[in-house]
Amino acid sequence: MMEKIKDFLEAAGWPRLIIGLFLLALFITAPFVEVNIFTSLSDVIVRFGMWGILVLAMVPMVQGGCGLNFGLPLGIIAGLLGAVTSVELQLTGLVGFFSAVLIAIPFGIGLGLLYGILLNKVKGDEMTIALYVGFSSVAFMSMMWLKLPYKSPDMIWAYGGTGLRTTISVEKFWYRALNDIWTIQIGDHFYFPTGMIIFFAFMCLLVWVFFHTKTGTAVTAAGSNPEYARASGVNVDKMRIISVILTTVLAAVGIIVYEQSFGFIQLYLGPFWMAFPAVAGILLGGASVHKATIMNVIVGTFLFQGILTMTPSVINNIIQTDMSETIRIIVSNGLILYALTRTITIKSAKVKA
Amino acid sequence: MPDDILLKMKNITKDFYGNQVLTGVNMELKRGHILGLVGENGAGKSTLMNILFGSTVIKETGGFTGEIELDGKICNFESPFDALDAGVGMVHQEFMLIPGFQAAENIMLNRELTQRNFWVDVFGERLSSLKNEEMIKRAQKAIDTVGVDLDAKTLVSEMPVAHKQFTEIAREIDREATKLLILDEPTAVLTESEAEIMLSVVRRLADMGISVIFISHRLKEIMQICNELVVLRDGKLVKEVPTNETNPEKISEWMVGREIGGGPAREAPVKQTEEMETVLKVRNLWVDMPGERVINVDLDIKKGEIFGIGGLAGQGKLGIPNGIMGLYPAGGKVEFQGKKIKLNNPRFALDSGMAFVSEDRRDVGLLLEEPIDWNISFTVMQTQEKYLKKILGGLIKWRDDKAIAKLAQEYIDLLEIRCTSSKQLAKELSGGNQQKVCLAKAFAVRPDLLFVSEPTRGIDVGAKQLVLDTLHEYNEKYGITIIVCSSELEELRSISDRVAIVSEGRIAGILSPTAPLKEFGALMLEA
Repeated sequence: MMEKIKDFLEAAGWPRLIIGLFLLALFITAPFVEVNIFTSLSDVIVRFGMWGILVLAMVPMVQGGCGLNFGLPLGIIAGLLGAVTSVELQLTGLVGFFSAVLIAIPFGIGLGLLYGILLNKVKGDEMTIALYVGFSSVAFMSMMWLKLPYKSPDMIWAYGGTGLRTTISVEKFWYRALNDIWTIQIGDHFYFPTGMIIFFAFMCLLVWVFFHTKTGTAVTAAGSNPEYARASGVNVDKMRIISVILTTVLAAVGIIVYEQSFGFIQLYLGPFWMAFPAVAGILLGGASVHKATIMNVIVGTFLFQGILTMTPSVINNIIQTDMSETIRIIVSNGLILYALTRTITIKSAKVKA
Repeated sequence: MPDDILLKMKNITKDFYGNQVLTGVNMELKRGHILGLVGENGAGKSTLMNILFGSTVIKETGGFTGEIELDGKICNFESPFDALDAGVGMVHQEFMLIPGFQAAENIMLNRELTQRNFWVDVFGERLSSLKNEEMIKRAQKAIDTVGVDLDAKTLVSEMPVAHKQFTEIAREIDREATKLLILDEPTAVLTESEAEIMLSVVRRLADMGISVIFISHRLKEIMQICNELVVLRDGKLVKEVPTNETNPEKISEWMVGREIGGGPAREAPVKQTEEMETVLKVRNLWVDMPGERVINVDLDIKKGEIFGIGGLAGQGKLGIPNGIMGLYPAGGKVEFQGKKIKLNNPRFALDSGMAFVSEDRRDVGLLLEEPIDWNISFTVMQTQEKYLKKILGGLIKWRDDKAIAKLAQEYIDLLEIRCTSSKQLAKELSGGNQQKVCLAKAFAVRPDLLFVSEPTRGIDVGAKQLVLDTLHEYNEKYGITIIVCSSELEELRSISDRVAIVSEGRIAGILSPTAPLKEFGALMLEA
C-alpha cells in the first residue's frame, strides 16, 4: 500500500499534488464564503476549454527540442488575422468560426516557417529568442492593425476612423459558436460548453496521431537527441521547423476558440502576455523543457485555470481585498522559474556523469 | 647522494568506482632531471599526474592510497593550490590562459605585485593598486628565462600556439618555489620547429635545477631530452630505465605488449584477403572531426572481412567512420559497392547499406530518454520505412508499436540485453547493455557494411567478449563486412583479418593481426 502511494506521489509529482489539494480546499471553502460552487465549476470548465488548445500548442515545440513556446503571440497573431478576416466577411455562426480557422492556418504555416528557420539559427537559446519574437511580433502588429485595409464598421474605430479597434466584439458573428453546440445547462448556474470541449479533444487527438506517425516519431527523436536523429538519417532542422509550424498553427486555432467563448477579439497588446499562462499551465501539468505529453496539457490547464478562477472569488471573499492578480503572478511565474531551474540541475548532473 | 632525490612516489594505487586505474606505482625523480612518462591511452598517465598535482577530481572520486614524498617531506595535496605552494607546477594539455589578457597579466595572475593605497585602509587588501610596470618587468624576466623571443605585453589571443605554451611555462617558473614541472604533451600542438625550441627550453629549465616530468607520445622527443623514462601499462609501472640504455623499439614493446612476441588469443582463422573483392574504396579522405582529424586516407576494404583500425587517441582513427558516415565535414572520394558515396549526408550513407555504431554512445548512439524499442527501431523506421502501417493510401505512416516491441524483444533475447522490458528507458541500462542496444540498432537496418567505433569502451570484461563474439558471428553468418575502430590493439588483433594503424591523420601501415606486437608499436609511434 505504501509502495502504491509512493508510486502515485512520484508519478503525480509534488507541485501538482500541492496545487491540486489547494484547488480542492478552495472548492470546499467556496460555499462557506457564499461563492456558488456550480458557477465556479462551470467557470473552471469554460476557461479550461478556452486555454486548452493554447496550452496544447506548447507540445510540438517542446517535443521537437525547441523548448517552451514563449513566442506564442506569433501564432496568436495568425489566429487574429483569421478572426478579423472572418468578421470582415460578415460570416456568422459555425461557418464564421471555421472560416476564421481556415484563414488563420496558412498565416500560421507561413509565420511558423519563418519562426522555425530563425530558431534553427539560434540553437541553445530558443526560449530567449522565442520570447522576443513574441514581443516584437506584437509590437509590429500594433502598427499593422492600424494600417491593414479592413473596412467593416464593426471593427474600425468609431465615427469613420481608420484602423482596427483594440477590442472587437464577435457577438453578432460567432460568439459561442462552439460552446453552444450540445450545451448542457443544469439549473441556473451550471453550464457545460460541450462543443468547445469536444473540439479541444479533437485537437488533442490530432496531435496524438501526429506523434504516432513516422514524422512525429522523427520530431520526438530530433528533440530527444539531435545527434542520434542526424546519425539515423533524419534532417533535424526540418523536423524542428515542422514542430514550430505545428505549434504556431495550434496557437492560431487556439486563440479563435478562446475568442468565440470570450466574445471579443483583442488586438494590439492583447496577445502580449498570453504566452505565460500557457507556459505555466503545461509546466504545472508536469512537462519539462524537453518532454511534454497531452496528459500534461489536460492536467496542467485544469489545475492552473482552476486556481485562476477560484482564488479571486474565494480568497477575495475571505480577506476582502483583491489578491487575485498577485496570486496569479506568483503561481505562473513561480512555476516557470521552478521548471527552468529543474532542467538546469538535470543538465549539470549529466555533465558530471 | 640520497638528498638528490626530489620526488618519490610510493605504491600509488587508485581506482575509479572499482575500476582499477593505478596499481602500486613506485617512482623517483632526481633534482634537475627530466623524466619521460610514456604509455598508451588509458595507461594511467593523467591519473598519476592528477594525483601528484592534487587535482580535485581525485579527491571527489575517493582519493588514492600510497605516499608522495617531495623534497624529503611527505605531502598530501588537498588541492592544486597546495601543490603550487609546495613547488609543483603543471602545464596542461589545454591552455589555461585568459585570452584577453597580456602575457604578463597571465603570468602574474593571482600573484600580482601590489601597492597599498587609501582604499586598502577602507576596504581591505583586495583594493590594492597594481604595480603594472614592475609586473611586466618580472614577467619579461620569466619569459627570458624560458629563452624565447616574446613581448610580455602581447595579448594571449594574438599569440601563436607555441607562444601560449611558453607563456604557461613562464607562469610556472615565475613562482620562485617551483621545483617540479609537469608538462602534459607540451609538443602535441606544436609544429616541428616549435617543438625543437620547446625541447631546448625544457632542457634549459632542467639545467637550472628544476625537475621535469615530460609526457609525450613522441618517443623521439623522449629519447632526445629525458634522463630517465617510465613506462606505464594498464595502471602498472612496467619499466623505469635511463634513456640511454634503451631504444624506441623496446619502449614501444613495453607500452603495448603483454607478452612480447606472443600471438593474440584468437580462435577464428585469419581470412586471406588478397583474392577478395573490394567493397569499399576510399581515396584521399579528409575529415574535420575535432580531436580526431583525418588528413589523407586511402583504404580498400574487402567484401566480408573484418577490418581493424587502430592507433593512439587523437590520431584520427575515429574520424574515418564518422567522416564516411557523414557525421563530420569530410572530403575525398568514397566508393561503396561501385557507387560513389555522397559525403556529409548521413542519410545517403545509410541508404547505401552502411551502418555505424558510434563511439559516443551517450550523445550520438542512443536516445537516452526513450525506451529500448525506440532506440533499436528508429533508424530502420526512418530510412527504410519498416515498422510503419500505411493508412489512407500511405498518407499517414502510422508507427507500428507492436512490431517495434517485437523487433526489440528479438534483439533483447539474441544479444542478452539485461533489462526489465523493451519499454525500459535507455539511460537506465548499464554501459554494456547500452552498447548492445547500439549494436542492435545497427543490425536492425541489415547493413552490408558496418562501422563499429570503440565497441568495448567503458564496458566490463564479460560484456566485452559478448560484443566481440556478436560482431564475429554477424560477419560469419550474414557476410557483413565490418570495420572496427578501437584503441585496444589486443581487441583488434583478436577479431580482425587485417589491422590498419592510423597516425597523424594518415594510414601508417596495414598489418596482419598475427604480426609481432612491436611492429604495431612502431607504426603507432612512427619511431
